[in-house]
Amino acid sequence: MATPVEIEREAEAEAPFAVPAPDVPWVTIVHNDPVNLMSYVTYVFQAYFGYPKDKATKLMMDVHHKGRAVVSSGTREEMERDVQAMHGYGLWATLQQDR
Amino acid sequence: MTGYFEAVPGGGAAIALDEVEVSILRSLSVQLLELLGPGGVQDSDADPLAELFSEGPSKPPEDPALARLFPDAYEDDTESSDFRRFTENDLRTRKRDDALAVVRTLDAAAGGPVLKLSPDESRQWLGTLNDLRLTIGTRLEVSEDDNDLYRLPDSDPRKPMVMAYLWLGGLQETLVETLMR
Repeated sequence: MATPVEIEREAEAEAPFAVPAPDVPWVTIVHNDPVNLMSYVTYVFQAYFGYPKDKATKLMMDVHHKGRAVVSSGTREEMERDVQAMHGYGLWATLQQDR
Repeated sequence: MTGYFEAVPGGGAAIALDEVEVSILRSLSVQLLELLGPGGVQDSDADPLAELFSEGPSKPPEDPALARLFPDAYEDDTESSDFRRFTENDLRTRKRDDALAVVRTLDAAAGGPVLKLSPDESRQWLGTLNDLRLTIGTRLEVSEDDNDLYRLPDSDPRKPMVMAYLWLGGLQETLVETLMR
């Protein structure tokens, strides 16, 4: 995100908030990019997912420092909806089966 | 360029923009509309149901800025392509609607010193400001560790675009603040 002093790093760990149950094996991942503002990404996590500010900020920091973070989990259809919404907000998001 | 967004009591946001700022924002939004293209089925008059059943593109856009606005949803190309066919047209339509709303509010405010946005208009502006920054950021090849871009000499042809990019960042940052209250 747009903080020039930070250097992008590869993801090393999953986001702590991702707790997929065995029967809901899909996750939405938001990837870091150099343009989106940190405040905007936090706003999107609050506005779309309804996450409280603390959780939204923590996820935004995970995206920023780890390069990516799992922001939601559920069925494939639910994750496709989330990814489409993230693209609507201009965030770089993908979905995958949580292996 | 010192005008930034402030929250309006009861919801919405307001900003003081001078004529030059209005004209720059309008021009950038129109350029974004041109980049997004018409979208949807053009001859839907012929068959009203055609648009409902039409499929979108299956490949990512070749233009890097458009590819950033419409990214792949899967790491796998086949799955991405299926997803894109059913989502990209809707996404394009929404981005167009947002940019058109920005142009409309700018035109409606022409002549007045203060531009006022409803909460809905604020969200549409936020989307367009972000799309503009993504587009310009891609053109400028902005990266996290490249500070040289912000110290360009006045003679550099990229300088005006960098100034616009930073200004849009300030507008977006202050508009987000009004929505986070």
